[in-house]
Amino acid sequence: MINLRKNRDLAAMEGRRFSLDGMMTGLSFVLLLVIVVTPIFMIVYHAFFYEGKFTLDLIVDQLTRDTTIASMWNTIKIGALVTVFGTIMGVFYAWLLGRSNIPGKKLMRSLFTIPYMFPPFLGAMAWDLLLNGRSGYLNRWLMQTFNLSSAPLNINTIWGIVFVEISYYFPFVFMQVVSALERMDPTLEESARIAGARQGKVIWKITLPLVTPAISAGALQILISSLAHFGVPAILGFSQGIFTLPTRIYSVIARSGGSFEGIRQAAALSILLVAVVSLALWVQKKVLSSGGYDIIKGKSMRPTLINLRGARIPLFVLALSTLVVIVVVPLGMIFLVGLVRAYGLPLIPANFTLANYQRIFTTSGTLASIKNSLVLSISAGIISMLLGTLIAYVVQKIKPKGTGALEILSVLPYSIPGTVLAIGVILAWSGSLRINLYNTLWIILIAYIARYLSFSMKTSSAALLQVHPSLEEAARTCGASHTESLKDITLPLIRPAMVSGFFLIFLPAMREVTTSVLLYGPYTRTLGVQIYSLRDAGMMPQASALGSVAIVLIIIINAVVNTLNKDRRGV
Amino acid sequence: MAYVRFENISFSYGDNQVLKDFSLSLPKNEIMCLVGPSGCGKTTLVRCLLGLSRPDQGEIYVDDVCMFSSKRRINVPAERRGIGIVFQDYAVWPHLTVKENIAYPLRKRRVKREEIARRVQNVLKQVSMSEYINHLPSQLSGGQQQRVAIARALMSSDSLIVLDEPITNLDAKLRDQMLNEIRELQRNIGTTIFYITHDQRAALHLGDQLAIMDPQGELVQIGTDEDIILRPKNRFIFEFIGVTNFLPLKFIDSAYHLDLGGQMVPWPEEVPPEVGGGLPLDMGIRPNDITFDGASPIRARVRRSVFLGSEYDYFVQAGDRELRVQQSTLDATLVGVAKEGSEVGLRFLNPHYYPAVARGA
Repeated sequence: MINLRKNRDLAAMEGRRFSLDGMMTGLSFVLLLVIVVTPIFMIVYHAFFYEGKFTLDLIVDQLTRDTTIASMWNTIKIGALVTVFGTIMGVFYAWLLGRSNIPGKKLMRSLFTIPYMFPPFLGAMAWDLLLNGRSGYLNRWLMQTFNLSSAPLNINTIWGIVFVEISYYFPFVFMQVVSALERMDPTLEESARIAGARQGKVIWKITLPLVTPAISAGALQILISSLAHFGVPAILGFSQGIFTLPTRIYSVIARSGGSFEGIRQAAALSILLVAVVSLALWVQKKVLSSGGYDIIKGKSMRPTLINLRGARIPLFVLALSTLVVIVVVPLGMIFLVGLVRAYGLPLIPANFTLANYQRIFTTSGTLASIKNSLVLSISAGIISMLLGTLIAYVVQKIKPKGTGALEILSVLPYSIPGTVLAIGVILAWSGSLRINLYNTLWIILIAYIARYLSFSMKTSSAALLQVHPSLEEAARTCGASHTESLKDITLPLIRPAMVSGFFLIFLPAMREVTTSVLLYGPYTRTLGVQIYSLRDAGMMPQASALGSVAIVLIIIINAVVNTLNKDRRGV
Repeated sequence: MAYVRFENISFSYGDNQVLKDFSLSLPKNEIMCLVGPSGCGKTTLVRCLLGLSRPDQGEIYVDDVCMFSSKRRINVPAERRGIGIVFQDYAVWPHLTVKENIAYPLRKRRVKREEIARRVQNVLKQVSMSEYINHLPSQLSGGQQQRVAIARALMSSDSLIVLDEPITNLDAKLRDQMLNEIRELQRNIGTTIFYITHDQRAALHLGDQLAIMDPQGELVQIGTDEDIILRPKNRFIFEFIGVTNFLPLKFIDSAYHLDLGGQMVPWPEEVPPEVGGGLPLDMGIRPNDITFDGASPIRARVRRSVFLGSEYDYFVQAGDRELRVQQSTLDATLVGVAKEGSEVGLRFLNPHYYPAVARGA
């Protein structure tokens, strides 16, 4: 009954067989080396070496310029403010919607996560249309109505940038904390109440410390995102000469017209940006050193809700108006301006037309940009999903020597700003290594993969952790080869995680601006870049129309994802 | 006739030597239980047999086919060893139905579709799971998943099945039931079963033969349940296999005395000279080997008595030592139940002598 066809393992025992595990491990290392290490290495090299010699001139030169110092300072200031206020807002609403008896909780909770999928630069555009210092719709209306000589509100300031970023980044904290509150063992709070603590004291002394890890994880996401953010400061800051490091890098590249000197300067600025991000991470770690709590369980429990009594309705109104301000107003603004005949005309039906839509769907550039974004997002999604799963499998199951390095390498790009990554990709893949991909979709694709690889790697890792090794081993003893056990058992079990990994990449890639704005060529504009350039060229209504198309696309895709996620089989 | 042979298996995780020169033979068509405390290397041995781990040294034969030999450089891959396994966590694939789970080993062997269907029906009948053929594992209870795992193991092999702690996750009643079913199944099919457990009671219940490992991974004794219970080879097995009392024996004035803490009572039984010889000893005795005998010079007081249905369980105090005594209900009705607080005399049947270990007994 035992069939010894031929004893391949004679060779295996001497390590000669070309093993599947070894191949996957090798492939993971090579891919990470090419995709992640090369661009980072190129930046460091070009910032510190000139014509083969080590020099600090470039960095020192940048550091002695007022513009650099000013944009560093702006970056830090915006990052800090957004993190602090975004975290406070996120925690407050998480508690309000997770633990109080405020009405309409379920609906509001899903509405509060909308800003998460909404591209921030579209929000910035909307607020610019409303509150631009000179031409904002709301400003002009206020000036007319109250006979003011100057605009009462101006979004084109540091505070304006902070405001818009908060409204798109607070969901990071909000979502983390809501789920932590849900999974928290309610007996912990109940025993404090029984021990005689008043409600307020329980929140302050028990609930808050228990969700601290979730808060700090969310705050970290806000901080990294804000420091690296390009869209909002670019749209709101350029006209007033307010620069952050990412926008400064962009303008250096844009002004230099692609000269090597410009790219070197950008590399030096990138090093500074990475330094700022690292510093911020270090400070945050000091401030919010969180111990490991195991009190939050994986299971969902039903915590006691807190009665808001008289504050119930006012708080409901507050939550509702927050939603109006951060979701309804910007969305409405984009849709309405997309319909108006010419920018500046009052937003009344008489001035509405569909010509903008007609124009964007007949201009080849715009159509191409939609197509480019779809092609890029789908391919980046699929490739990153496969690579991420491969690396996750190597890290979680094979555990070769150097697993730690592999893990760090794959999540490294997550904390490296997109702008920096773009500079690295330019330096690496525009000829200096004998491969020139500049002005092609390939270079954008490589950047996307590097940027989003960690997303799918994380989801696949988590799923693989759930697949007990005995499941694969059972298949082996049933007569399946290693490859067959992967195909029949492991892959089907993590397929749902792989699919959600794909969408985690596809959605942000669809609206990406930060890296593509530095990498696009004449024929490789992406959706985000096209909106950005239409706006830059002063074609507000067309930019808004295209923005509306982007939003509708994102909403449709999200709906599809949600229905897909609902009917999963078993597991 | 040995069906499975482990010969001088050595295995280590890094510096931690788990198995050293381990040899064991499994007789054909019997249930062999490998019993040992957690962490003694039982599971490692199973993994070596299945081809999931690679021993450093030694040879493994199944039905006289060499599965592994470090000397001859043979290591048959797991998928070609043809051994059925039931893992502790069942390892029933959650994304496949009961039918697909069970059919998998046959599909991998390219068995024809009609043949697969017929055999799946058959094996499901054997484990009485026929009505669940199209269920997903998430719709089954632990015991039912267990049966699916056994059915799948039967499909992988009808000659050798390994069960690695298969009933640990079940509740006590279901455990007994599963043990009986495994026993029954083995009688019907005649498979060789290698049953791995840390639970000596399950092993005694099930095994034709028991192999007992100590915490260092050494094989201490192989034998039938009677051998193990009545003639334990050393103190470890004696303690491991059931509830034990230990009383120290001291050699005073050329005779052994029972040390009841301050009070010395002459030991009425004969100590075999090869273990005695004047050295201090620990006398080990099972609770059901102690009987009440009013005439005995060893006096004790009954502190507590618990009626468990089939037996009475007593905690008695002799000097300052506490002993567990069990009396079958039948005996109790014949001799009478000892009341709490009453004084009794103790007689020790079938005592075991071991060299004394540092104080504690």
